[in-house]
Amino acid sequence: MKNICDNMKELLPSLKPLKAPKGLSKKKQEEMLYKMCAIRAFDSRVKDLWMNNEIYGLAHAYIGAEAIAVGACEALKPDDYITSTHRGHGHTLAKGADTKAMMAELFGKYEGLNRGKGGSMHIADTDIGMLGATGIVGSGMPIALGAALSSVVLGNGKVALCFHGDGGTNQGVWHETINMAAAWNLPVIFLIENNQFAIATRTEWVVRETDLYKRAAGYGIEGVQVDGFNVFEVYKAVKKAAEKARKGEGPTLIEARYMRILGHFVADDQHYRDQQEVEDCWTADPIERLKEYLVESDTFSKKKVDAVEKAAIAEIDKAVEYARNECTEPPVETLYDDIYADGEVIR
Amino acid sequence: MSEINVRQALNDAIREEMEKDPTVIIMGCDIGVRGGPFGVTLGIMDQFGKQRVIDTPISEPGFTGMGVGAAATGLRPIVEILYSDWLTLASDQIVNMAAKMRYMFGGKVNMPLVIRAPFGAGGGIAAQHSQSFEAWFNHIPGLKVVTPITPYDVKGILKAAIRDNNPVMFFEHKRSYQIKGEVPEGEDYTVPFGKAAIRRKGKDVTIVSYSMMALKAQKAAEDLAKEGIDCEVIDLRSILPLDYECVMTSIAKTNRVVVTQEANLRGGLAGDIVAEIIDRGFDLLDAPPVRVGALNVPMPYNAGLESICIPDEGNIKEAVHKVLSDE
Repeated sequence: MKNICDNMKELLPSLKPLKAPKGLSKKKQEEMLYKMCAIRAFDSRVKDLWMNNEIYGLAHAYIGAEAIAVGACEALKPDDYITSTHRGHGHTLAKGADTKAMMAELFGKYEGLNRGKGGSMHIADTDIGMLGATGIVGSGMPIALGAALSSVVLGNGKVALCFHGDGGTNQGVWHETINMAAAWNLPVIFLIENNQFAIATRTEWVVRETDLYKRAAGYGIEGVQVDGFNVFEVYKAVKKAAEKARKGEGPTLIEARYMRILGHFVADDQHYRDQQEVEDCWTADPIERLKEYLVESDTFSKKKVDAVEKAAIAEIDKAVEYARNECTEPPVETLYDDIYADGEVIR
Repeated sequence: MSEINVRQALNDAIREEMEKDPTVIIMGCDIGVRGGPFGVTLGIMDQFGKQRVIDTPISEPGFTGMGVGAAATGLRPIVEILYSDWLTLASDQIVNMAAKMRYMFGGKVNMPLVIRAPFGAGGGIAAQHSQSFEAWFNHIPGLKVVTPITPYDVKGILKAAIRDNNPVMFFEHKRSYQIKGEVPEGEDYTVPFGKAAIRRKGKDVTIVSYSMMALKAQKAAEDLAKEGIDCEVIDLRSILPLDYECVMTSIAKTNRVVVTQEANLRGGLAGDIVAEIIDRGFDLLDAPPVRVGALNVPMPYNAGLESICIPDEGNIKEAVHKVLSDE
């Protein structure tokens, strides 16, 4: 906490010192650091590639939010479900998607995770329970609910976690979904990534009660607020919620409070925002905090921490080289593929 | 064969598929304890229990999306929208999620979802309970849209819809529940999508129709036969996919076509079908195609005004006379 500026502490009373939960293995902590660094590297490259016109369309960077996706996914089982948002690279990477296939997807290549048909905003990997990024804010809520329902009907013990933003909490379907999950006690976790911005609209302009976790009381479920710049706090909250859900004790609403550091999408210069605030946010950088903690707590040496970061960056560099040099354009004949199931084509 | 009505055909189809496949579930407002607003799901909850038969809150976007999520993760949900007018509420999940997830994800997800939606006008339920939105959903790649009307087709097409791995919009006409017809007893049959039925053979004019308009077209054709006009009546049964082969084969014989829909005419399916007919076989036509549909007004409550708006046998006969008039 020592590096975090006072302004940020005031803005984010949820900030807490990092402390690895008891029993969390070194291997797991290394994996957390690796994944957070990989997400940072992935979206840093994506930003540059987009600015260089190598990546098309829209891309929303997960930079600054790495602790949330990684803390949450590390607390889930590999075959649990997640739903995502338009800012989905972090969720997809944290859930374990192949970095090469992901980068190839952003390049629009046939070897991409989604055959070049989805791109950044619809990246998905259902093989690992990642049910898709979505460009419609809040629309992942009932998808996660449906996955939780499947889990109960099929009796497979899976939990569904819905990542969504503070913006999503103002959609009607957000209310409907939590109400149903609560009424039927379904195994689902609603994780608000409260970055305090809906594009350029600050939450407090459009919401009176900005502690969003408090809404849980209205549904008769548990609501908690955690430091979203703190991977261990997110991990602990999700772990607890997942255990509860798996025991049949129903949904939890978790508000991971942080602040968006970069723009809404990769080319957003945030002219609508005080630039000092952006600089202040960097003092709470979740990766720097984690690296510092791991060294200070004697979990790893500084050398080891740097090596983990370097390896993550190298993996992403390889993914870029793969997507750029080894992948192919989707054949035009594939245009009608997968509109319908089982090879059916209706023109 | 046994004679049952459309309500029973729907009930039988749901029950038989739920018996056969434990992943089939059904959800919607009042479908469980009450047995559905139109009695379609009577007894289903008693037989299959509350886990597979879900009485939902009035949350169309929420429970439709729940169906989408369940379909993506191994179930085959049937979602009932109490009146199809409220598809407006559910449409984000249908249009932006169900219809597109497989494509957006590069084929990585399955979407075996049926949306049942009672549609159509009549009975004084006015502007928010009388609409027919099939053309909206026909516009969306990734969906299938079906509109059966006879008990045989209703049962066979609903069973096919439940087994289909795509999202299917199942439009059942809310004035059709009492309509009776023969259905094979104890036989597990399905009716494939994209296969029209010729309800009446004829050589003078082709009448393309679906849902309630197919019944009205048959009645109109009987009347016209007495005048010596021999109409061929096509019941499309499914509109996406649509059996253009059947339509064009008929037009090759009659060279004249009337296309009917119950929805108000502007922006409707009839216009789209006419456009496709022109693309595929303009030279086959001896007269400009004629469309029949409701007036472009919100459905009024008053019975007299309502009856003017909804297309009937008289409108179809008029259209047939018109398509024959410029000989």
